[in-house]
Amino acid sequence: MFESLTQRLEGIFKKLRGRGTLNERDVGEALREIRVALLEADVNYTVVKSFVEKVRQRAVGAEVLASLTPAQQVIKIVNEELTRLMGAQGAELQWAPSAPTIVMMCGLQGSGKTTSTAKLAAKFRQEGKRPLMVAADIQRPAAIQQLQTLGKQIGVPVHVGGPGESPLRICQEAVRVAAAQHCDVLLLDTAGRLHVNTELMEELREIKARLQPHEVLLVVDAMTGQDAVNVAKAFHEAVQLDGVVLTKLDGDARGGAALSIREVTGAPIKFIGTGEKVEALEAFHPDRMASRILGMGDVLSLIDKVEAAYSQEQALELERKLQEDSFTLEDFSAQICQLKTMGPLEGLLDLIPGMKRLKDIQPDAKELVKVEAMISSMTMGERHNHALINGSRRKRIARGSGTTVQDVNRLLKQFAQMKKMMRSFGGVGKASKKLRRGHLPLPLG
Amino acid sequence: MTGFFAKLKEGLGKTRASLLGRMRHVLSRGGVIDAASLEELEELLIAADLGVHTVTRLIDGLRRRTEGGERFDAARLTAAMREMIGEILRAGEAPLEVDRERPFVIMVIGVNGVGKTTTIAKLAAHYRGEGKKVLLAAGDTFRAAAIEQLEVWGTRAQVDLVKHQAGADSSAVLFDALQAARARGVDLLIADTAGRLHTRVNLMEELKKNKRVLRKQMERAPHEVLLVLDATNGQNAVQQAEQFSRELGVTGLALTKLDGTAKGGVIVNIIERLRLPVRFVGVGEGLRDLQPFVAEEFLAALFEEE
Repeated sequence: MFESLTQRLEGIFKKLRGRGTLNERDVGEALREIRVALLEADVNYTVVKSFVEKVRQRAVGAEVLASLTPAQQVIKIVNEELTRLMGAQGAELQWAPSAPTIVMMCGLQGSGKTTSTAKLAAKFRQEGKRPLMVAADIQRPAAIQQLQTLGKQIGVPVHVGGPGESPLRICQEAVRVAAAQHCDVLLLDTAGRLHVNTELMEELREIKARLQPHEVLLVVDAMTGQDAVNVAKAFHEAVQLDGVVLTKLDGDARGGAALSIREVTGAPIKFIGTGEKVEALEAFHPDRMASRILGMGDVLSLIDKVEAAYSQEQALELERKLQEDSFTLEDFSAQICQLKTMGPLEGLLDLIPGMKRLKDIQPDAKELVKVEAMISSMTMGERHNHALINGSRRKRIARGSGTTVQDVNRLLKQFAQMKKMMRSFGGVGKASKKLRRGHLPLPLG
Repeated sequence: MTGFFAKLKEGLGKTRASLLGRMRHVLSRGGVIDAASLEELEELLIAADLGVHTVTRLIDGLRRRTEGGERFDAARLTAAMREMIGEILRAGEAPLEVDRERPFVIMVIGVNGVGKTTTIAKLAAHYRGEGKKVLLAAGDTFRAAAIEQLEVWGTRAQVDLVKHQAGADSSAVLFDALQAARARGVDLLIADTAGRLHTRVNLMEELKKNKRVLRKQMERAPHEVLLVLDATNGQNAVQQAEQFSRELGVTGLALTKLDGTAKGGVIVNIIERLRLPVRFVGVGEGLRDLQPFVAEEFLAALFEEE
């Protein structure tokens, strides 16, 4: 649905490759594309307007660096401005000088408050803290049970109020409970509410006033549209936000709301929710979000994951093999094992720009199992030199691995393609270094 | 119905106020629209989440007309806009007819947090109010306490519920529910499903299996695959609708949470792009706050003043 912004800009600038500076007319045309890209990403239109103006001022007359095409130059400016707007770096939580630290979660219905509360609690627990979750949502049926179930899952206690108790009373009681149980961080899961519901907003204001939480977090669905601005503004006015948790970023929403909220409230995005599991909560990286909003994929996150899975020596070894063209099926098999440690395959591919549009080649974990079985059914000689594998060997391998000759054919073909692809990529280690310096993301997409 | 209409109008009040107010502002400078005011109008529509694609089409239509010599004042511009948006909305007007077969099976799907379970409760109350015998199936066995949530709603709406334990196979729940529905002579079976993001391949497979299991037992079931969309969602709602349609053959939409601020527009965009009928809109938290979608009412709420 979305053509990548980089591609579109390449189209516009095709004719002026090699020219020295960007002139007003070229930039104007490019900015129109940027505007559409941002609007399609659900960035609020007033935010888009002021943003585009800033980029115009910086871009007109800017010199095109020798190593970049004009399109890349503009994208670079846009990317830098976006990153700057979202806060130069990830922000930390504020901790109380003396325990307990009180964290209040608020947001619209369905934004993912309860899940985020549990994810944060799990994170704190892992860091060696003693969290207590407070079920202050007495509006939604079974919200309390949901928090209790999650609490059991992650081994974090949940404070539940008695029947008829107001959310404020439940929270106040929880502070006492926390002291008695030596809990050092209190997470208040408040009810989801519409920002136009004055009664419920008043309730929130009162909890904030009485409990003086150290951190008020607004939970926002990454899929939120233009309305994000109104929502953020209303919550900010009522309870003065300290930070934002952006949820459901594991989908394909571009998350333009992140930019709008930051612009309107000034509150930094502190965490992002990236999956259904309780561990799926990550620190926020403004630069990565900028790329995502522009539809350039989240290449840096991918590189992080790859780096976490590969040791430096492994990467160097792989690079050497690729250069010498001695990458074998044996290495391939080892790679598949590595890949598995990086988490679900579909999640990984989502991070690569353009991949989401290729719905037909959705990777299948079962396929990997097959591939492993096939490689295991090969002799050492075959694994080291796949050219050996003729028709009758293919038949044997298929029988041995419980697959078909077609499967074996496909594997060998894919292996050959992969070798070719990796040669052009120039090795994992090198690629990541390039990315760190900020060169590679631009031509991608 | 009039109470609901008032609510819808109230819900869309802010949209209307800003849209009409700004439109008048656009036109107060000279009274006739030019290129600059068209651009401003474009922004207003985008702010209402109509989406770049649809807005461009609408604005291009107006631009061609001005270039053709037509002159617009405030009233005529509103009328022209209303006519164009109305045309799109009417294409999405097709009420759900549940009397075609017994039991009529509605499978409710959608991403997490859009309000599926609440919508099901409202649907149950709606049809029970019409004197129908309704049965619910707690097919969301994934999310913590989803079954309990539906159970509470079921009690409030006074309808029965078929459930298994959390973590059970949702297809088995649906199978049992349909069997029970047929045995008990139920008019309407409403099946809840797990809400997961539309980009999760395994969720789509699970939902497909849910659908297959229903179909195996009853030829035309599920009669309705109802996709629930959150009105506060932006352009991603279109992608959700596209993805679920492609994988599961969505037959109708329900749009929830229309009682906040400025966000009527997404519905226009979705109808325009996907040609799917909108069955229901939700405008509040009460059991009676879900009603059949009527294009003219929606349009009136969007454009008319008190």
